[in-house]
Amino acid sequence: MNRRTNNILTCREMVELVTDYVEGRLDERDRGRFEAHVTECDACTRYIEQMRITVRALGHIPPETISPEAERELLDAFRNWRARGADA
Amino acid sequence: MREQEAARGEAQGSGPSADPDAALLEGLRRGDEEAFRTLLEEYGPFLMRLALMHVPSASIAEEVVGDTWLAVLNGLDRFEGRSSLRTWIASIALNKARTRGTREGRILSFALLRRRYEEGGGPAVDPDRFQGRRGERPGWWASPPAAWEEPERQLEAAETRDVMLRAIRDLPPRQREVITMRDLLGWDAEEVCNALDLTETNQRVLLHRARSKVRTALEEHLKPDEATR
Repeated sequence: MNRRTNNILTCREMVELVTDYVEGRLDERDRGRFEAHVTECDACTRYIEQMRITVRALGHIPPETISPEAERELLDAFRNWRARGADA
Repeated sequence: MREQEAARGEAQGSGPSADPDAALLEGLRRGDEEAFRTLLEEYGPFLMRLALMHVPSASIAEEVVGDTWLAVLNGLDRFEGRSSLRTWIASIALNKARTRGTREGRILSFALLRRRYEEGGGPAVDPDRFQGRRGERPGWWASPPAAWEEPERQLEAAETRDVMLRAIRDLPPRQREVITMRDLLGWDAEEVCNALDLTETNQRVLLHRARSKVRTALEEHLKPDEATR
């Protein structure tokens, strides 16, 4: 095994580095190694794309809402709190 | 409403405080109901999401959110503005949600088991999907990820959202918190580190584990139909 092949990232290492890469936390050398692997590996290209799709999809999950009853109770609680403050 | 706008205006000129909620905080301290309503609107969905990470139902989550607001109101005098209002409210909500979640039996109660579960985390992808040492290219894909069918259309579907939310619920608590705050609520890494008291590296490791597992759940759901499905 020559030094070059020894130095190439495996797919198994790639999948552990995706978030570091996407978050811009790889140093220049590792980023170079990461990108060198991507240029020759379609499966990892697909994997990284799927991670990006996943993050995007998570961002589109609609917000949870609080029920009107719960909100009314909270407003009552607020008025009570304010009234107690006025007494003190 | 006018009072609140005026308060926002004042805060802009008031120097070093960068917290966009400073004016609302002032309003709250004066007992201004409009400021409270605005905060409820601003933080309601966010607090529900945080609570739902740890408790099993929307009605319990609403109780957690209610308790959080009471704690916020009663703790206003002690809040010194060293963190942003948002970080402070989040840390209160997380404490309440974790306590309540434990009581509801959602979180593993064995500390040791929990710790192993948290720290270990396991690999991003099942190791069996890579070639072994005797393979043609050890460590390269043996079973590469399948293409997803029409992800744009599918990802909008309620069914796919449920798959993602279920995958998040199955994560260890810390991973669940990090991915919810980063990817569902859109916080940046630094804010999450502050609210959860994590180092930047730690935060990223947890995020990586969590995203990897959600991707795997999506892969199961979106891979091309097989005869068995």
